[in-house]
Amino acid sequence: MADIVSLADAIATHVRDGDTVAMEGFTHLIPFAAGHEIIRQGRRGLTLIRMTPDLIYDQLIGAGCASKLVFSWGGNPGVGSLHRLRDAVEHGWPNRLELEEHSHAAMAAAFHAGAAGLPFAMLRGYAGSDLRRVNPNIRTVTCPFTGEELAAVPAHRPDVSIVHAQRADRQGNVLVEGIVGVQKEAVLAARRSVVTVEEVVDDLAAPSPNSVILPSWAVDAVAVAPRGAAPSYAHGYYDRDNAFYRAWDAISRERETFEAWIDEHVLAAGMIGPRGASG
Amino acid sequence: MSAYTSDELMTVAAARALRNDDVCFVGIGAPSAACNLARLTHAPDIVLIYESGTLQTRPEVLPLSIGDGELCETALTTVPVVEMFQYWLQGGRISKGFLGGAQIDRFANINTTVIGEYDRPKVRLPGGGGAPEIAGSCGEVLITAKHSPRTFVDAVDFVTSLGHGSGPDARRAAGLTTAGPVLVITDLCLLAPDAQTRELVVTSLHEGVTREQVAEATGWPVRFADEVATTPPPSDEELRVLRDLHERTEQAHAGS
Repeated sequence: MADIVSLADAIATHVRDGDTVAMEGFTHLIPFAAGHEIIRQGRRGLTLIRMTPDLIYDQLIGAGCASKLVFSWGGNPGVGSLHRLRDAVEHGWPNRLELEEHSHAAMAAAFHAGAAGLPFAMLRGYAGSDLRRVNPNIRTVTCPFTGEELAAVPAHRPDVSIVHAQRADRQGNVLVEGIVGVQKEAVLAARRSVVTVEEVVDDLAAPSPNSVILPSWAVDAVAVAPRGAAPSYAHGYYDRDNAFYRAWDAISRERETFEAWIDEHVLAAGMIGPRGASG
Repeated sequence: MSAYTSDELMTVAAARALRNDDVCFVGIGAPSAACNLARLTHAPDIVLIYESGTLQTRPEVLPLSIGDGELCETALTTVPVVEMFQYWLQGGRISKGFLGGAQIDRFANINTTVIGEYDRPKVRLPGGGGAPEIAGSCGEVLITAKHSPRTFVDAVDFVTSLGHGSGPDARRAAGLTTAGPVLVITDLCLLAPDAQTRELVVTSLHEGVTREQVAEATGWPVRFADEVATTPPPSDEELRVLRDLHERTEQAHAGS
């Protein structure tokens, strides 16, 4: 059964220095509040896994929490670069960042394999791509039935996966709606899992028998974090703050403006901050 | 006919490359505008799919990201990302993929990974995302990009997504049976792979554009087809729909 705890306790208990951490949410339901709590608790040496690093990993990387990034698309969607990610890769600031780079199809398949208890994922992928050349974890397997060569990548098995969802009930069952991304796979692939939610309710009010539900016994900790996905969004609760995504380009471009923003909106703000921080 | 910008002509020309019966995997940015313009003009039944899992979506405004709520709310259904890539893309259900790129070479290979060396990049770009498998698994690929010598290069620094490799047999040698890039739409012209060599050649010049302009904006000695057409300018209706779409989009994204 999931423990319903504070966000600070959930992170303190489940995220440790040097862990491999997957924070998922495909544009939607990105666990910003949890990311900010990791920054506040000063975790170091994390291997961060995420299909689309987005602003949340730009912040964790710039704050010095990460030593490695496993990803498939590292940009500010529709805006441009992630400047803190680029500064780490191009200039080693605030520390060197090792990259393990995949495609979306392979990352999704690797979460799927992890959830399914398999050692690797296979896909018809990476054909003719130089990603094979620079990532030694992209290999091939031969189909034992047809002889066809397919791409293979190791399964994702994070120490901890962190996702955000709309709501949980008092038993800790979690409902995810809208663009569901790879959150279910990420949670089931991980050794430990933390789910932040907009609210805990008496009745989950699942909209259909096929709703995406993470059962309480498949989750370690549930923490309430209202507006915990902002500036991304929570379908049915609040919209994506596209204006903030645009504003991040200028905030993150220079180290000084980035650090001032983290000081004001993450370190000083605690869990509930102004728009674009945690709340 | 009204005056129009080269950006508008590029988007209109890209939209015209789509058919009403296409199932199209949409990349963000310029492809998204073109695909939605097609849906709002000559291809009302086109199926648009974004990699966030939004299947058959009909957004009122253009999304800033490939996972905006607008795409989910107007979709027929939204599927998990694993399913999106495994069943719908790898399963061979998508007729056209629509991509952009930071660098495109003479064989329509696309680089969205790095400028310079991989380990010591001059510019670290966002990366491949869905593109390597969109380029491999869609029936055909369309590419749209602004024409400049920085973008249209002799050889890309990094092949993120395979076009025609280094010539006619490259795709088959890589294990692919799909057609790959069939058309590149820029703000100056249309290019298509030569039937024999697979090198991109100019097949149509946009109205008012000269061969010299295209040659100057291309990083290799670009060839022209035996017969080069003139791209018809945008119609009043195409321009009206496109401008309405951009206006609605700007209003929506400025808020919140």
